[in-house]
Amino acid sequence: MSDTIVTETVVLESAVPAVPASAAAASAAPATSANLPMAKALNAGLRQAMLDNPKVLMMGEDIGPLGGVFRVTEGLHAEFGDKRVLDTPLAESGIVGTAIGLALRGYRPVCEIQFDGFVFPGFDQITSQLSRMRNRHEGRVTMPVVIRIPYGGHIGSIEHHQESPEAYFAHTPGLRVVSPSNPHDAYWMMQEAIASDDPVIFFEPKSRYWPKGEVRFGASGIPLHASRVVRAGTDATIVGHGAMVTVLLQAAELAAVEGISIEVIDLRSISPIDYGPILTSVEKTGHLVVAQEAYGFVSVGSEIAATVTERSFYHLEAPVLRVSGFDTPFPPAAVETHFLPSPDRVLEAVDRSLAY
Amino acid sequence: MAASENDSPLVQVLSTSGLVEPSEAAAEFMPYLDRLTEDDLRRFYRDMVVVRRFDKEAANLQRQGQLALWVPSHGQEAAQVGSAYATRPQDHVFPSYREHVVGMIRGLDLVDILRMLRGVTLGGWNPEEHGNFHLYTLVLASQTLHATGYAMGMQLDGTTATGNPETDEAVIVYYGDGASSQGDANEALVFAASYQTPQVFFLQNNHWAISVPVTRQSRTPLYLRAGGFGMPGTQVDGNDVLASYAVTAKHLDDARAGKGPALIEAMTYRVGAHTTADDPTKYRDPEELAAWVAKDPIVRFRAYLQGLGVEQDFLDAVDEEAEDHAADVRRRALEIRSPERSVIFDNVYAEPHPLIQEQKAWLDRYEASFEGGDA
Repeated sequence: MSDTIVTETVVLESAVPAVPASAAAASAAPATSANLPMAKALNAGLRQAMLDNPKVLMMGEDIGPLGGVFRVTEGLHAEFGDKRVLDTPLAESGIVGTAIGLALRGYRPVCEIQFDGFVFPGFDQITSQLSRMRNRHEGRVTMPVVIRIPYGGHIGSIEHHQESPEAYFAHTPGLRVVSPSNPHDAYWMMQEAIASDDPVIFFEPKSRYWPKGEVRFGASGIPLHASRVVRAGTDATIVGHGAMVTVLLQAAELAAVEGISIEVIDLRSISPIDYGPILTSVEKTGHLVVAQEAYGFVSVGSEIAATVTERSFYHLEAPVLRVSGFDTPFPPAAVETHFLPSPDRVLEAVDRSLAY
Repeated sequence: MAASENDSPLVQVLSTSGLVEPSEAAAEFMPYLDRLTEDDLRRFYRDMVVVRRFDKEAANLQRQGQLALWVPSHGQEAAQVGSAYATRPQDHVFPSYREHVVGMIRGLDLVDILRMLRGVTLGGWNPEEHGNFHLYTLVLASQTLHATGYAMGMQLDGTTATGNPETDEAVIVYYGDGASSQGDANEALVFAASYQTPQVFFLQNNHWAISVPVTRQSRTPLYLRAGGFGMPGTQVDGNDVLASYAVTAKHLDDARAGKGPALIEAMTYRVGAHTTADDPTKYRDPEELAAWVAKDPIVRFRAYLQGLGVEQDFLDAVDEEAEDHAADVRRRALEIRSPERSVIFDNVYAEPHPLIQEQKAWLDRYEASFEGGDA
């Protein structure tokens, strides 16, 4: 297996490499890439966004001198001060609600929700207020608010710390929902999300915070809402987002040993979904498996299965199959490996698809 | 802090018969009344009468099927007029959904409020062009947090607490006794106190949240909650327009001067129904209603003006203006037209979104597929 899933918190290095402010500045600053863990790449992306636009603010619990429980905002308070990095009272609705007011005032708040399972006290402000502000103002205001949510399992943590609630937000008109799978995307997608005039729910796959990957500072290479083929193949297509992409790549590697060629697509954006690469791939392979950590019922995977069936029915040689977390509360960590889709569970679905 | 230890904390300037008989708690607020000219006083009266008549017209429009719903403000005019006149042009106002006359005073055309209740828009006006009077918010207390965030923005911008009252900004947010139970109202007070925002929380205690009395919301007078959050709280007679003005003027002045947020509880009464869909006779004691009607804010202020020697011609002219205004509102309300169906898709996102674009195009094709359908 080319990549292993990290299950323990590792101590992060404190130094963030200098990052060129823009492509123009890159000619003066020769550092064109760095090998960074996603947490550091996100940190560099946040820092760059703050340097680029003085209206960008950080808000959240413990994000100041501590740098957040995952250290994603580490160093930002020291560099930008109290007025740009706001340690807030412990109230998620308060964080999102005041961010809306700040956005009405012209700021671009980036709110950290400490853990996936803690977003629900702020759910009303996100779904009933933030998502609709522009619409009910008849286009007279923008809501450039980013809600950062560390999400997903594989970290062996306690209840409400391993959830994947992205479907709730993807279901809500007015929100954009994205999730990077690797440090390079994390760096760029964070900056693009902050630059967006729409609210973006930014799901950070916390099991991927620590593995390193190359971040190329010159250009993102792909728009925020584009999906991407991350491994080419011909026999079957598998699609996922966030931490699941690593699992899918591992599955494809295992399948290759057995002579099965799998194409892997990183969704990157959950709302909107970029169907182009998925449909193109399905036209080629005729087999599609969608994988996610989230519960399967009424999920992102369900939506993709329905849409691909509607649009590529005659190219499909098998039903679109879903691999998901079970429709139970996220279980005690001791049994999470049985709950979370593994490479083998993905391949079991691929085998079923190919057997049609 | 207004006499929270006092036996009689209520700030009252006018007796129910319209005589200037300030309560003990009113003493610190009385100097703010020196700012008012007789023209101001006439305007207070005029606005209260005009909006009461407007309110009746809007309820009639609803009964005649011209509005989906109406939200009466009858009885709360003094709290709203007094507080609204204490704002300055640079201030921002975050209403709940019953503050019609506050909007009018900030420059809003009241017909714009009817647009939402006629079902042609989810908003209705541009706050920037109407005295920074923000949109109505229907989920109780949500706007308290927006107001607090906005006030935090003023602090970050450095446009408040500079020492210049002509330019220093503040926020006033309106909510009610029912909304005071919401988590958001309490989180807004926490954030406001924590960041010391330039902000006044104006809580209209109209005693009823649809059918639920304020006694179900709180075992303590609501203004006393302010102390628990670490800010001053003042209870004012909300049917006394002068007291409402003076208390709000002081707390907004303090907010602009960098002294932080405050909470005002304006004691008033929802004389009408919660909305036109409500029937208060099912749950309210008629004697309670009668007792509050006897404290009517307009009757009281008219008696005060008459005591000042304001001529009957003025009072009659105001009644006439209110009639004319109501007739004009009715005429223009009936002229409100439905928007194009494209409004479904407009402004859901600021930037292009493929799903919305596809669905809009599909609906256009679908509608066009019918005989006589428009593309």
